[in-house]
Amino acid sequence: MGPNPKMRKEFPDSTRSSPFPDEVLERVLSLLKSHKDRSAVSLVCKDWYNAESWSRAHVFIGNCYSVSPEIVARRFPRVKSVTLKGKPRFSDFNLVPENWGADVHPWLAVFVAKYPFLEELRLKRMAVSDESLEFLALNFPNFKVLSLLSCDGFSTDGLAAIATHCKNLTQLDIQENGIDDKSGSWLSCFPENFTSLEVLNFANLNTDVNFDALERLVSRCKSLNVLKANKSISLEHLQRLLVCAPQLIELGTGSFMPELTARQYAELENSFIQLKNLNTLSGLWEASAPYLPVLYPACTNLTFLNLSYAFLQSLELESLLCHCPHLQRLWVLDTVGDKGLEAVGSNCPLLEELRVFPADPFDEEVIHGVTEAGFLAVSYGCRRLHYVLYFCRQMTNAAVATIVQNCPDFTHFRLCIMNPGQPDYLTNEPMDEAFGAVVRTCTKLQRLSVSGLLTDLTFEYIGQYAKNLETLSVAFAGSSDRGMQCMLEGCPKLRKLEIRDCPFGNAALLSGLEKYESMRSLWMSACNVTMSGCRLLAREMPRLNVEVMKDDGSDESQADKVYVYRSVVGPRRDAPPCVLNLSGL
Amino acid sequence: MATTVLGTERADNYKETELCLGLPGAAGAKNEGETPNKASGKRGFAETVDLKLNLQAKEGVMDLNENIKNINSKDKNHLPAVTIKDPAKPPAKAQVVGWPPVRSYRKNVMSQKNAGEEGEKASTGGSSAAFVKVCMDGAPYLRKVDLKMYKSYQELSDALAKMFSSFTMGNYGAQGMIDFMNESKLMDLLNSSEYVPSYEDKDGDWMLVGDVPWEMFVNSCKRLRIMKGSEAIGLGTHLINHLIITIYNISLKHQELWRNARAEPELDVFSLPAEFPLFSPVSMKKTRHTCATWVEP
Repeated sequence: MGPNPKMRKEFPDSTRSSPFPDEVLERVLSLLKSHKDRSAVSLVCKDWYNAESWSRAHVFIGNCYSVSPEIVARRFPRVKSVTLKGKPRFSDFNLVPENWGADVHPWLAVFVAKYPFLEELRLKRMAVSDESLEFLALNFPNFKVLSLLSCDGFSTDGLAAIATHCKNLTQLDIQENGIDDKSGSWLSCFPENFTSLEVLNFANLNTDVNFDALERLVSRCKSLNVLKANKSISLEHLQRLLVCAPQLIELGTGSFMPELTARQYAELENSFIQLKNLNTLSGLWEASAPYLPVLYPACTNLTFLNLSYAFLQSLELESLLCHCPHLQRLWVLDTVGDKGLEAVGSNCPLLEELRVFPADPFDEEVIHGVTEAGFLAVSYGCRRLHYVLYFCRQMTNAAVATIVQNCPDFTHFRLCIMNPGQPDYLTNEPMDEAFGAVVRTCTKLQRLSVSGLLTDLTFEYIGQYAKNLETLSVAFAGSSDRGMQCMLEGCPKLRKLEIRDCPFGNAALLSGLEKYESMRSLWMSACNVTMSGCRLLAREMPRLNVEVMKDDGSDESQADKVYVYRSVVGPRRDAPPCVLNLSGL
Repeated sequence: MATTVLGTERADNYKETELCLGLPGAAGAKNEGETPNKASGKRGFAETVDLKLNLQAKEGVMDLNENIKNINSKDKNHLPAVTIKDPAKPPAKAQVVGWPPVRSYRKNVMSQKNAGEEGEKASTGGSSAAFVKVCMDGAPYLRKVDLKMYKSYQELSDALAKMFSSFTMGNYGAQGMIDFMNESKLMDLLNSSEYVPSYEDKDGDWMLVGDVPWEMFVNSCKRLRIMKGSEAIGLGTHLINHLIITIYNISLKHQELWRNARAEPELDVFSLPAEFPLFSPVSMKKTRHTCATWVEP
């Protein structure tokens, strides 16, 4: 369907750098999936640039304001799949105003002309309206995959439009969005002759869906392999769904509240036994101990268990984990306590990823404890651990040093000591040595989040040792500008730096002048940066967008929130009044 | 930058309560102007309980009268409590926006869950869980316990002991309640470095755990705090009131008995009703005198 390949042979044979015809080069390059590899390939020479551009089917845009949809369409004419990310990550924590931007509609307006046969759209932290969803549903006849993660601005009406009009839909994945949940009737909008669904994830939604419609949908979609239901689906419902879909690979249960007769329990247990291919289990809202055993038969091949919405205690977790010998990824709540984590260490030797979320993060008086002891226990038992997200209320330098000694292969180390600026609770010293140990020992570290009482020494260590670090999150840490300077001068692969509530000022900000164009973005909030510092940055680096948001009632000279990112299209024109664009001034 | 979870402003409260009780003159004078730390508090307390000594009324008489008047109007089982400022609440921290970094989505889901828990408790009239927060002095942990899961003080005590491993609670008597009438045992408990559980009741008063029947406790307890025995002095004072009132009542009875017995030169003390402690006439006289001094304006 593309243009005549002969038209692209612009150069006489003597200047051709490639020994292959374009078609062969394209064929070879089409086997490259990673967009980083593709970007590298495109820099080799013009022929390769062109070949790569023609063969790229999936484009990943990490910051929707770094480029325009027109430029994307001009460079990549044959794209079938787009991934777009919008707002800065700290918007997840309410630090970014709601009307900030990242509207997907301007992209859809270009895609309808340039990519009419678009098949896949994956959006993260974008503003999506019902009108956009309806536009998408009506104008892209080949549309197959919709994934919305942490987006906002739409309601279940938009989902109804997708269900009604997307005849070839294979994936509908709605996760953790700020959605206006009006009703569950959208699910009933899938036509009776619609059978192509493979992935259905509506765990995000609270309203009741029509169960009969769901049951019929699941029955007729024989290729369905991912089903993640919401809380409105009871255990009884679940049993009926599992009977229709024993081929499921990923299951998100609905509500796990006990309301079964003995016969129903036996039936449910049986339907779990039939799930021979299950590798992912999640949901388990309101899971309670007596009913967890029904899951055991289905756990044999589990590699990912997401219990982060189930308020389990240590014993319940232990009983469950005994049946999951192949577990690689585990997400839990800290209600399981250190004892529960000891069970993880004992039962999950193949574990690679652990996330421990806080059950009561904002109530300072009630503590479900995980401490350094739990983390230590996991590190002794799970030597393959390379991804951790750990929320706790106490930690020691010694524990962290031992942990990384046990597990030196960390690629993602995200430690959140929940009380800001809290020292090592045994020695009362800063946590500098903990993170020093992490960066020294874990040479493959790509992502790091630091917390606790930290001086500039932590950042000296990071700058000195974290040579593969790409993403760094810093809060309530550091003593002076030097801290930030160390990070900017030291980490050659740094792409995303987000900082809040640190004593870093203009000198620190400006020390990264040369660096920011090689990064995706910088976020600084509640630091000591001023408007004049930001203006200077904007003036010196015209290819950076420097955006400032001010808090109500703050000093006129303070730059309360600063967002700096590289862009080939200059300052954005859709910024709301609260966002000051200092670039180009 | 780091602050301890538990507050530490308790000292002044105890001072107030000591004076209110009309402590022995010596103790009163000694403790005045002194922030009762553990050591001085201990001394003062010892003198409080030692009824055999020469007790003198002090400034606190009026307060005690108040309490005694109140005892008739209050529920029989509701002891006249000395209301002290809530000692356990740490200084309120300003909530930091976006910290800890938990996604809004997850935050909403969690708060729905917690609200559901509370709502369920309210709607089923408390027949489901009765969660109360438990804090322990010096521990970095606070926990929540469901009082409905236990049937007696001993069960609760065992559960708390497991929860806070360095914590030991004084033994509860056979009836499961602190043996108030055994003043020396009470004294030992409150003077020791053993931990003592206290609780905040529906009226916001802090009481020693164990003073009311178990079911009543479960219904009125809002939160628990486990404090060092020697720091529970202020809480013990209401028990002292109770002791004093009880002893006074006993002494009235005794007066009557002695009057009746005067006719008989040899009094058979064993003919006294079993529930009355045996005071010798000498100490009885003193006690009677002291109680009378307290009570009469």
